[in-house]
Amino acid sequence: MADTKIVVDCSTGEVSEIELTAEEVAQREADAKAAAEAKAQEEADKAAKAAEKAALLSKLGITEEEAALLLG
Amino acid sequence: MADTFIKIASVTVGAGGASSIDFTSIPSTYTDLCLKFSGRCDTVDNINITFNGSTTSYTTRYLYGSGSAAASASASTQYVGATNASTYTANAFGNAEIYIPNYAGSNNKSISTDSVQETNVSTVYMVLDAALWSNTAAITSLSLAPSSGKYVQYSTATLYGIKNS
Repeated sequence: MADTKIVVDCSTGEVSEIELTAEEVAQREADAKAAAEAKAQEEADKAAKAAEKAALLSKLGITEEEAALLLG
Repeated sequence: MADTFIKIASVTVGAGGASSIDFTSIPSTYTDLCLKFSGRCDTVDNINITFNGSTTSYTTRYLYGSGSAAASASASTQYVGATNASTYTANAFGNAEIYIPNYAGSNNKSISTDSVQETNVSTVYMVLDAALWSNTAAITSLSLAPSSGKYVQYSTATLYGIKNS
């Protein structure tokens, strides 16, 4: 089944279901790829930050709770 | 008392789902726009917005809480918030309110959104988003879409016009 979009014409209230054009399909594929890459980057940044934090705690020889106490 | 919060149009997605929900020919007679969205997607958990068919000049910064942690992020994307994805509790929908002040003016367009997901797991997000479309054109159409997949049946979007008098 072809992908469709719902279009609401606010001047008339008319609602139409329209099949996506090839250009729109291509744009959606590009958007999906960009979103997946952005999500992967976000996850990688989170993991890197967590690893950096763990390494620092290990270097200091304290737990996360002890670090929180120091900063509190 | 003047009517200051007026429904412009509303739509509910049918059985086949929808890759996007588009509002066209938006009248310029209001001060602000407010879009209420109850949604669920058959793949991802996001809401992206497009104005006047333009896919460029968007920036966004958002704060999000997962139930156990909070964080923030920014991006140059059309992301404005979260909704329910296919893996979430069956038949549950996320909801969002997207506010667009001075949409018909000649300055860049700011967007603020608060959105929440609804699912019975320990990690579920609420997102506060501040976005900007760096374009001075009046907004005459807007489109909501997930980054991939479709919004499923019974997802509903209602567009309101706000008047300041």
